[in-house]
Amino acid sequence: MPTKYSATQAALQGAVAPDSPAVSAQANEVSGLDALELAPKTDKGTLGKRIWKNTWPKALAIAIVLLLWQAVVWSGWKPEYVLPGPQTVVGDLKDVITTGDFWDGVRLTLTRALTGFALAVLIGTVVGAAVSRFAPLRAAIGSLITGLQTMPSIMWFPLAILLFQISESAILFVVVIGAAPSVANGLISGIDYVPRTWLRVGQVLGMKGLAKYRHLILPASLPSFISGLKQGWAFSWRSLMAGELLVIVPGALSIGVRMQQARDLSDSSLVICYIIVVLVIGILIDVLFNAADNALRKRWGLTGN
Amino acid sequence: MSLLEHTDVRTDAVVRLENVSKQYGSGASALLALDHVSLTVRQGEFVCLLGASGCGKSTLLSLVAGLDKISGGTLDIGGRNVSLMFQEAALFPWLSVAGNVELPLRLQGVGKAERRKRAQQLLEIVRLSGFGEKRPHELSGGMRQRVALARALAQNADVLLMDEPFGALDAMTRDILHDELERIWREQELTVLFVTHNVREAVRLGDRVVLLSSRPGRVIEDFPVTHRRPRRIDSPEVSGQAAEITDRLRAEVARHAN
Repeated sequence: MPTKYSATQAALQGAVAPDSPAVSAQANEVSGLDALELAPKTDKGTLGKRIWKNTWPKALAIAIVLLLWQAVVWSGWKPEYVLPGPQTVVGDLKDVITTGDFWDGVRLTLTRALTGFALAVLIGTVVGAAVSRFAPLRAAIGSLITGLQTMPSIMWFPLAILLFQISESAILFVVVIGAAPSVANGLISGIDYVPRTWLRVGQVLGMKGLAKYRHLILPASLPSFISGLKQGWAFSWRSLMAGELLVIVPGALSIGVRMQQARDLSDSSLVICYIIVVLVIGILIDVLFNAADNALRKRWGLTGN
Repeated sequence: MSLLEHTDVRTDAVVRLENVSKQYGSGASALLALDHVSLTVRQGEFVCLLGASGCGKSTLLSLVAGLDKISGGTLDIGGRNVSLMFQEAALFPWLSVAGNVELPLRLQGVGKAERRKRAQQLLEIVRLSGFGEKRPHELSGGMRQRVALARALAQNADVLLMDEPFGALDAMTRDILHDELERIWREQELTVLFVTHNVREAVRLGDRVVLLSSRPGRVIEDFPVTHRRPRRIDSPEVSGQAAEITDRLRAEVARHAN
């Protein structure tokens, strides 16, 4: 580096935190004032502290819900056998989840969910890519996709049952039709909103046809695609729960079927147990999607500060 | 001898525009962006295009880059490869810094090992070796423009077109990048067509400063800049000539305002 920058360099080295690994001496050498942009990362504290910071609000929220629930039970609004208290339900929940039989049910339900979701992703991606590529196709079915997305999936069951009888296929059909439009729409809007400057770079680099999709359009639409997947999952999970309550395939003791059985036995406590199970599974999967989304945002530098 | 000179002159021109016009739209709403612009950029030359906003500078670069079609006249780049840099670095966030530099090579079908090596060299040229594994957002604005420059160089283009590449940077960073660009231009024997609205920047960098008028864009004057390199943006010679060009530009803007 020419010596004439030494003063600049010294000034910058003084100004930039020297202990920050992100800012090497080289960064100071090659940049002007804007080397100051490379601010040292703030320390987020130890792992234990971070977990505590994330956990206590959730724990508090759960405690408040349990308290309200208990208060309603105490008020005597409904007899205890119709609306059991948290203590009864937690006890039953413990009994339920410690049986291997219950986990077979969870496995069955999750297998259905994942199969349906995977199929929906496949179909949604193909349809989304095709619609964004061919203008006449978009004109033809673009708004149909959005329409399908807003359709309550339970509406499909009568038709599904007529088409596939009481079978796994009937459930799968509804799960796929519930989730695929969201996946397709996520991809379509991702492709539509690829920033213009990136498209121009692609043009300058001479990207065309497949290479353009492979190296520019698809990676650029990833964030939107992931939110489409997340939404698609939510829809497929909802459709599946509706399906398991309505389409009871003989011999398949899924979570929905168990819940229905509990209702037939007027076992409110068990019904609430299964509601909690479904809620927890939904939350866990949502956590996974959020983790993927956050990892991507962090990698791309889309997070705040 | 004269024949030799003649052919020499002909091959010397890398970019040649003759009476190039560009019109957007048609009928009453038509907008004439460029009007009979003639300009020649010779091999190894650094030409700065200067003008107020709306003078069609960026349009001109888009035409030379082949991103847009001319409406009239002739534009000849002799089938050469051109590369274009923008005010934004426009790096792809899903690729590392090295991945961004490698991308043009990947599109050319260069093998992985060769690509790595070449990207390494290019990052060295722009003084960013050791930053290859970083993500674009981890770099400062000036460093990102260096990566964009390395990516443009990876295209192995004969002509480098630059559309206000340092417009969004602070003065000091810009100053440093001027020195770097001058060095790389000389070392790599590049031909550069550089668009700016900063008069001093144009005089600091260019062998010639071509002044364009506004709406429609026309070449008003072509100033040769002969001060010895390396120049400093705050030197008396650069400031003096910049003042002269600014006066000319001001007259043009005033004419347009009336």
